[in-house]
Amino acid sequence: MRCLGLLLVALAFADVGGATAQDAAPPAPPASAERAPTAAGRASAAWLEQQTRTIASQLRCPVCQGLSLQDSPTELAQEMRDVIRTQLAEGRSPDQVKAYFVGRYGEWILLQPEPRSFNLMVYVLPLVMLVGGGAVVLFALRRWTRADGAATETAAVEDQSTVNS
Amino acid sequence: MSRRRALLSGAGAVPIIALLAFGLTRDASLIPSPLPGTPAPPFALAVLHASTAEPIRLADHAGEVVVLNFWASWCLACRSEHEALSTVAERYAGRGVHFYGVLYNDTPENARRWIAEMGGQSYPTLLDPGSLTAIDYGLYGVPETFFIGPDGRVAYKQIGPATEQLLVRQIETLLGTVTGEWQ
Repeated sequence: MRCLGLLLVALAFADVGGATAQDAAPPAPPASAERAPTAAGRASAAWLEQQTRTIASQLRCPVCQGLSLQDSPTELAQEMRDVIRTQLAEGRSPDQVKAYFVGRYGEWILLQPEPRSFNLMVYVLPLVMLVGGGAVVLFALRRWTRADGAATETAAVEDQSTVNS
Repeated sequence: MSRRRALLSGAGAVPIIALLAFGLTRDASLIPSPLPGTPAPPFALAVLHASTAEPIRLADHAGEVVVLNFWASWCLACRSEHEALSTVAERYAGRGVHFYGVLYNDTPENARRWIAEMGGQSYPTLLDPGSLTAIDYGLYGVPETFFIGPDGRVAYKQIGPATEQLLVRQIETLLGTVTGEWQ
């Protein structure tokens, strides 16, 4: 049973590793020379579309309110998706494509700003507020329960005094 | 509330209030462009009323001032700036200043009709299929006007309608002959 568990864990890790490698780079062309052009072409087109969707979902549509390029139905968003696809097809990496848009529109174009300098506030502040708020609530709760306990004790003592007298 | 607790609460609240106050000083609709100060993206675009198929290239205007105005016939604000653009373009014609309109997400037929309706345009309009130049210039909408200096760098970007005063001030600055009147 223990061996079976270990085997399952090993298989799960092997699968994750495979998926990560596939996400990071375009799939390798199949070994068969006869089927290679079609299959490679299909795989390449699928990779291009998937990468275009991924990048478009990380960039903000300039003429919309809070929509990504991927979600926007506007003509400009469609044209910007075409630019992403073209640049990827020309051999630019996803980071280079994103850098192109940042160079044109500024960091505003990124739906998720880079976690550096002033942008760190976006990532750190909610955590600080959560921890700080939690600490305040815990502190207040402890005080209230302590005060409540003390009040109950006082009332009990007063009741006892009344009964005794 | 003890003095110590009041001080602690104040110390915690001040940075948050300062951050929110900083946010209130910024206009969310005005997104700063990274282009001013950087080399203007090159373009080679066909002319709307072209007699030849030869495109207009930014590279052909090295050492000159180029004013690039993105517009569309469906853009209401473009109507209000049209007269100022045409007037100033005429005033600086032949003085090393070139005005170009760039049609944004519109058809040539609509653009021709619009120009005729507005009583003409004193400078050529260029066609930008696929909005590749518009995206290259980080366009958010129309109208937007870019001022490109003799050094080939974007000097200024105007979001929204351009006025005659603004056009003259920017051009004179680029020509290096700013007068007190426009400063």
